[in-house]
Amino acid sequence: MAHGPAKGISRWLFTTNHKDIGTLYLWFSFLMFLLGGFFAMVVRAELFQPGMQLIKPEFFNQMTTMHGLVMVFGAIMPAFVGLANWMIPMMIGAPDMALPRMNNLSFWILPFAFAILVATLFMEGGGPNFGWTFYAPLSTTYAPDTVNYFIFAVHIMGASSIMGSINIIATIMNMRAPGMTYMKMPLFVWTWLITAFLLVAVMPVLAGAVTMMLMDINFGTSFFNAAGGGDPVLFQHVFWFFGHPEVYIIILPAFGVVSQIIPTFSRKPLFGYSSMVYATAAIAFLSFVVWAHHMFTVGMPIAGELYFMYATMLIAVPTGVKVFNWITTMYRGALTFETPMLFSIAFVILFTFGGFTGLMLSVAAADIQYHDTYFVVAHFHYVMVAGAVFSGTAAVYYWLPKWCGKMYNETMGKIQFWIAFIAFNITFMPQHFLGLAGMPRRYADYGLQFADWNMVSSIGAFMYGGAQLLFLFNVVRTITHGQPVSDAKVWEGADGLEWLVATPAPYHTFIKPPVISAGVEGPEWRVDAPAPAMAFKTAPEAG
Amino acid sequence: MAVSLRDRALLGKLSLLVVAMFAFAVFVMPPLYNLFCDILGIGGKTGSAYQAVDVEVDTSRSVEVQFVAMKNETMPWDFYPRETSVSVHPGESRSVIFYAHNRTGKDMVGQAIPNLVPFNVADYFHKTECFCFNNQPLASGEEADLELVFIVDPDLPTSINTLTLSYTLFDITNRSRPTLAQAQ
Repeated sequence: MAHGPAKGISRWLFTTNHKDIGTLYLWFSFLMFLLGGFFAMVVRAELFQPGMQLIKPEFFNQMTTMHGLVMVFGAIMPAFVGLANWMIPMMIGAPDMALPRMNNLSFWILPFAFAILVATLFMEGGGPNFGWTFYAPLSTTYAPDTVNYFIFAVHIMGASSIMGSINIIATIMNMRAPGMTYMKMPLFVWTWLITAFLLVAVMPVLAGAVTMMLMDINFGTSFFNAAGGGDPVLFQHVFWFFGHPEVYIIILPAFGVVSQIIPTFSRKPLFGYSSMVYATAAIAFLSFVVWAHHMFTVGMPIAGELYFMYATMLIAVPTGVKVFNWITTMYRGALTFETPMLFSIAFVILFTFGGFTGLMLSVAAADIQYHDTYFVVAHFHYVMVAGAVFSGTAAVYYWLPKWCGKMYNETMGKIQFWIAFIAFNITFMPQHFLGLAGMPRRYADYGLQFADWNMVSSIGAFMYGGAQLLFLFNVVRTITHGQPVSDAKVWEGADGLEWLVATPAPYHTFIKPPVISAGVEGPEWRVDAPAPAMAFKTAPEAG
Repeated sequence: MAVSLRDRALLGKLSLLVVAMFAFAVFVMPPLYNLFCDILGIGGKTGSAYQAVDVEVDTSRSVEVQFVAMKNETMPWDFYPRETSVSVHPGESRSVIFYAHNRTGKDMVGQAIPNLVPFNVADYFHKTECFCFNNQPLASGEEADLELVFIVDPDLPTSINTLTLSYTLFDITNRSRPTLAQAQ
């Protein structure tokens, strides 16, 4: 077996190395992030002024749909799978992922899935235009013919996610270093273990939903077709049975990242480690029993509305535990505000804000007013962009020096943060007002009374898009011209096995596992025998 | 590098979970959904053919039953109830005629799908005979009087004085199968 990476393109095509595959995932997700961002720019450009200026309404619908699909399935999810690939083996003292070949497969089918999905934009009839939630019958009876490509692409994405998460579960359950008990695992590993179980449980449900669509469209079944005794409302139940856990799939790894970064720059261990673990598990469990809060306006018995309302509100409890733990971790800590920390603090503030608007939406009676307005759009962008994307950005800045052995430009990072933070709020804060004033989502045009805030929102969106280009520039610049770092522990307050291996992380790490001291639970454990790990600083052994 | 036994075992279990969840979505959720609607009497879906039982007609109150006929999308037939509203005593059996006329130049098959409002009274509305139990083939130019016989249950909550039964007529010429309407 090779000692180091193979040369040329075959290194990337045939790699089974968790770091290579993590890198592939991260670059792919960033590419998709730019593509999905471009779609969003088209949407915001059209909404800059009332009336139709740039594109036709049909194309507008394709843009909003593709923006959602690409961002959720192409940008956010693969980004966190990439982080999991890079970090989980190093964090638990494993030499690689448990199933390296499946790891390669689960990445390499993704570009094909998105190539198929994006190709539909250039086909007759256009791409998917039914919203990222693809409700039947919009996605069946009234869908363009290209919906079959969409279904196929979703199947491939699902297969990729399922294989990726099976791999993560197998790695975490079977490959932890001796002494690395479950309650010693870093929180990023914990949140990913729970997320992976969510993925394995609900991605097949998504596959089932699109399969039923496929059958309805092509094979004459009537799952969602009222003419044959089916029911379109069934689609919404199936979709949200997948869709609600999906939003936690997106946010839980983000929780994990922030739980790694805040202790580092507070120079204190994470406050309430075990309560964090239990809160994550509680959120994951509750995510399965609240799906119909997306459907209050569909029509439900009052008992159902009350149940789904209270169950949804219950999620605020474990989420609140997490937020208070992050704040308490910072309390009386020796805080410094490097770029990853800035993004993490912004995450805590803005995610909490998005959580509160979520609570407003959970009130069944009030939701009838908010449903399908820009208030909902603002809400889920606060949790997905300021939540998942901010935390992903923080993770890249935090671990980038470990990955490539070079330090990013701190000034540029901070400039990017402040532009992103301000632009994000300029973009999405006004959408709350628009929504409360009654502007519906998913329309290419709007009444004149919404004009001012839409223009503000569009200006913010262009600024936010620009901040991402700065991010790309900073990362590329770091890789090519960054200040070399050689300390294994890049950040003085950092703790965990990944900071014991050399910087940049060697191609193979922990071929001999470290030994973790017994006894101490939580984040304050120590490594008894760091020597095997440290030995790889200079001379990696054949793997 | 061979896959270890522990990984194999875990892989097997997780794959089983994947298959089970897929099967759950496709084979369990749709019947479960219908079962829920059925048991709770929600969703506006009326039940299948009802065997009339001897009940005393409650002449002390009367319930207004309104009829709405709609055509889905491009369904070209004429389709409307002969009476748009009737007043019945709970327990009393009543017949209503819907008129359908295929004005097109081709033979077609229609299927009427019922919906009842308020959505939670489906258990109190019984159809002993209904054209919606089967599909309705009409030859080119053919017209038909379609019969519905129903009984409003005497147990209907007294707070409800008006029921609205709507039929949406779908064109199922291209997908008609004799068994299609059995579920109704």
